[in-house]
Amino acid sequence: MYIEKAFVESLEKMGEDTFLIKVFSPAISCIVKPGQFCNIKVSENDYPLLRRPFSVCNVDGDYLFFLFDLHGIGTKLLSMKKNGDSIELLGPLGKGFVYDDQYDTAVIVAGGLGAAPFPFLIKNMEPEKNIITLLGGRSKNNLVTYGLKNVSAATDDGSEGFNGNVVELLKSRIGEISSGKFRIFGCGPNPMLKALQEYCIENNFDCQISVECAMACGFGICQGCPIDSAEGVSYLLVCKDGPVFNASQVKL
Amino acid sequence: MKNVDLSVNIGGLSLKNPIILASGTVGYGNEIAEFTNLNLLGGIVTKSLSLKPRKGNPPQRIVETPSGMLNAIGLANVGVESFIKDKIPFLKAFDTTLICNIAASSVEEYVECVDMLKNEDVIKAFEINVSCPNVQEGGLEFGNDLNAVGRITDKVKSSTRKPVFIKLSPNVSRISDFAKVVKENGGNAVSAINTLVGTSFDIYTRKPKIKNITGGLSGPAIRPVALAKVLEIKRNSDIPIIGIGGIMNWKDAVEMMIVGASAFQIGTVNFINPNAGVEILNGLISYCENNKIKNISELTGTFQIRD
Repeated sequence: MYIEKAFVESLEKMGEDTFLIKVFSPAISCIVKPGQFCNIKVSENDYPLLRRPFSVCNVDGDYLFFLFDLHGIGTKLLSMKKNGDSIELLGPLGKGFVYDDQYDTAVIVAGGLGAAPFPFLIKNMEPEKNIITLLGGRSKNNLVTYGLKNVSAATDDGSEGFNGNVVELLKSRIGEISSGKFRIFGCGPNPMLKALQEYCIENNFDCQISVECAMACGFGICQGCPIDSAEGVSYLLVCKDGPVFNASQVKL
Repeated sequence: MKNVDLSVNIGGLSLKNPIILASGTVGYGNEIAEFTNLNLLGGIVTKSLSLKPRKGNPPQRIVETPSGMLNAIGLANVGVESFIKDKIPFLKAFDTTLICNIAASSVEEYVECVDMLKNEDVIKAFEINVSCPNVQEGGLEFGNDLNAVGRITDKVKSSTRKPVFIKLSPNVSRISDFAKVVKENGGNAVSAINTLVGTSFDIYTRKPKIKNITGGLSGPAIRPVALAKVLEIKRNSDIPIIGIGGIMNWKDAVEMMIVGASAFQIGTVNFINPNAGVEILNGLISYCENNKIKNISELTGTFQIRD
């Protein structure tokens, strides 16, 4: 883990309120794994005070990419960065995806900006693995396909692809998917993850989910990001024990 | 570095420098050790320990506020027994002073915790939390009660020869009265301040942003309050003070010492910059050199207030 000052190489608008920022981060980029995140300080003063956690979206040599939506003051400031400005990264943090073992098809189920961790995962998959991406959004303007592969869309308003949510799309495609050995990788808003988790547990599907949570430190000292473990005895921490969990490991 | 003596003494406890990592912001040291050299710091205060392990409050536990944050962690901790077995061995490896923070729901429980821990050589002092705002039995009702603070100080002091510091609540009308009671009952120092009670609501759902409804406010937002409370204690009592509240950098630390602190703790800043303690150390050395200060302890309480 490092604290690294990273210079902005580019900032690209990807959708209505969605941006992709590319930063020079040689120390973190060479050790980060798919599904891990960085906690980013977007300003040099005390407002906003805390870092913001972002999934590492992609890695290209010494460069890291982060995909983000305008949400509040932190992402607003991030969206105003110019080439040559710097941000401060703390990372890589958390446990990422387990992806390079025995299965044939990776099924990526992403809701909106939940697509963020998958370009890097897809890039790192063994070439012989079959990849299917199911991407959901409110409407076609909310679909960001950067770095994804074999994308089928689902939109709430039916403006593109399947008319409905992404978990319903998964259910409609499960016949074709389940003909071989597969693993599901999910990321998105909590209600979507919950529906995905229920469906996968009911059917005994192999599924990993990446969970989002507000946090302060990102490495276990603030104890601000608890998530119920499935056994319910103790809390796990999203930052340290996750953000990627086996679907059966946590209560959402 | 050669010309500056950074060591301080707080009520009988010697530290190599006045920089202490605050309770609840460094766990038991292992995570933050990945980012900073604990050996360079004056001390580290453990997360509040209770007799039995505590799961802590359900999420949402934290929310950011202007230049600060609210937390209601709820004293999540491993409990005294597991601390001794699992955490102390790691902490022993560091050349920094270990202070154990204790939270309890009765006078007897404070004493019982201290009894279990007092023979651990690596623990050099106790900090008694009588001011956690986030759990029913977290001591806030003690923190608001002069008699209770006096009784706890007295009983804990009677059960250990190690220095005892009482961590005071700022959520009282006159904090210096509490400092006086601690002094009268044999307490060696006070830690001031704990967090301020605050809350935050979502204007669309009209629900509190943290599950516990209220939480403890920390960070630079509370620094002026902390400075005023430390100054008030300094002007009304001669008990040593460990200053806490929103220190982000060496300048804030110097200010805290000038208003009366013999040492200081850094808390929320650890979440943002886990190496802040070492950076503050370097800043303090330069400040002392540039201002011809030979012993940093000369700074304590040197405020210049004209009448």
